[in-house]
Amino acid sequence: MSVLARAVTLTVAFLAVVGIAFFVVIHLFLAEPPTVDFTASHAAGQPVSMTIMADPVNDVSNHPDWVSYFVKSPQTGQWVHSTIWQLPAHARINVTAYQFDTCDPLRNQFNGRVAGTVGNVMTVSGEAAGVNGKGISVVNSDTTCGVAHTFSVPELGINVPLAGETYTGKNECTQGPCAISTAHTTTTFSFITPGPGDYRWQCFIPCGLASVDGNGHAMSTIGFMTGYLDVVS
Amino acid sequence: MAAAPQAPAAGRAEPSHGLRIALIWLPLALAADLVIWFVWGPHLPPGDMSNTAASQQFDIKVMSVMAAPVVLAVLVYSGYAMITWRPRAGAGEDEDGPPIEGNSRVQFSWIAITSVLVLSLFVFGWVELVSPPGAGAGEGPSALWKPGGTPLQVQVIGQQWLFTYRYPQYGGFETTDLVLPAGQSVQFNVTSLDVIHSFWAYQLGVKADANPQVNNIAYTTPEHTGGFTVRCAELCGLWHGAMYDYGRVVPVAAFQSWAHATETSMAKITRTLPRYALVYYPNEIAGLAKFYYEAGLPGAGGGFYGNQYYPNEP
Repeated sequence: MSVLARAVTLTVAFLAVVGIAFFVVIHLFLAEPPTVDFTASHAAGQPVSMTIMADPVNDVSNHPDWVSYFVKSPQTGQWVHSTIWQLPAHARINVTAYQFDTCDPLRNQFNGRVAGTVGNVMTVSGEAAGVNGKGISVVNSDTTCGVAHTFSVPELGINVPLAGETYTGKNECTQGPCAISTAHTTTTFSFITPGPGDYRWQCFIPCGLASVDGNGHAMSTIGFMTGYLDVVS
Repeated sequence: MAAAPQAPAAGRAEPSHGLRIALIWLPLALAADLVIWFVWGPHLPPGDMSNTAASQQFDIKVMSVMAAPVVLAVLVYSGYAMITWRPRAGAGEDEDGPPIEGNSRVQFSWIAITSVLVLSLFVFGWVELVSPPGAGAGEGPSALWKPGGTPLQVQVIGQQWLFTYRYPQYGGFETTDLVLPAGQSVQFNVTSLDVIHSFWAYQLGVKADANPQVNNIAYTTPEHTGGFTVRCAELCGLWHGAMYDYGRVVPVAAFQSWAHATETSMAKITRTLPRYALVYYPNEIAGLAKFYYEAGLPGAGGGFYGNQYYPNEP
């Protein structure tokens, strides 16, 4: 083989290896879902309304059997498959969470408490509003079909157990994002954002199906059951 | 008859290099040890917030004080050799120094000094593991070295990706806040609900693995009030790097006040917790999981609990 042929072969091989490495880094390690911006239309001093849903399936990724969160875009009103939400600092966030999955016990029942929200309570559709109508502060997932997933921001002390869907007779959700007409529960709560920073959030139900101890896959993939609150000033 | 060896060249006696090196090394070593012990030592990690942390700081000081003269001996010898035996212009052909083999004094000194150093460190290390009890490390479920009296029991529960703490002597409440009293010995019972974590209370000098279905005991006695950092020290998944929080050491009266207030405020959630135990088996929750399994119903995420594992589950 001539020197020129060898040089060309070496160059092509080198570029191929670099290209593969570049693709792996960009596609697998640095790929992130889009950031859904709640700050663009936010007026200072006003609360932010955020609507999210937790679905047992999704039809927008190459993992359709993974449980996943969706968020409604404040700009388009469309459901977006993302768990990175940009929020204004020091603002009240009013959250409406639709939950279409069925229920399970928590791995640690301690995560059945409502914490870090305004008043440390939440409300759940179709249920009594808790003690003296002030909202629900504790859910026992061991004795009732109480919890499907949680919305938890450990650094901020926020923990909201989302009520499980309880076979209300409606059709089950089989396609994500789920249609509101299918069986679900609706949980509402509010929290106050801190100063600027990235705060990770996650679900504390081990719902990463098909992985050891349930904490892989959807539980460990940003865009499904975990993500960031990107709080900006 | 063999010829007598020739005498060294007259007029230039070989100086005592060993004495010279010792005279340079000794004040340097003394100064270094004094600086390490009195100036640098009080700032060495992990500080002196607890008896275990202070013990670890003492260990590092002792080892530094022992290591510094050895390091300086090497450096001084190297510097001395490079200067004294450097090639000189016009000195003629390079020649070796006097052979060291057969010098029993050097050999004996070398073996004696290194043996004393290593054996003393060996004994010192063993003593330091015993006092304070366990040196802040996890001793497993049956601790060999225990403090006297009745320590405060604090259970550390690791799960992906959060530490929570239970106080069995105060009704078994669970909280994300780790608060300890100053001046009272503490027994950490460390376990995990899923994968392997490691409870590392840095400024307290406490580090114990959190293994599922294992109770790992570690002791300490906080001696100063203030804050400390808790980190997971075992790679445990996506949010391992974010698995940290902060604890506080407060006066005993403040601790009692906090504990009783938290016991009251957490009473509602405490009633729903499993009975306090040294280890937990979260995948064997009776009640709902059993109901779901028997009814053939799927749970969240496809029914993780029970034995409805996905077919690919290893």
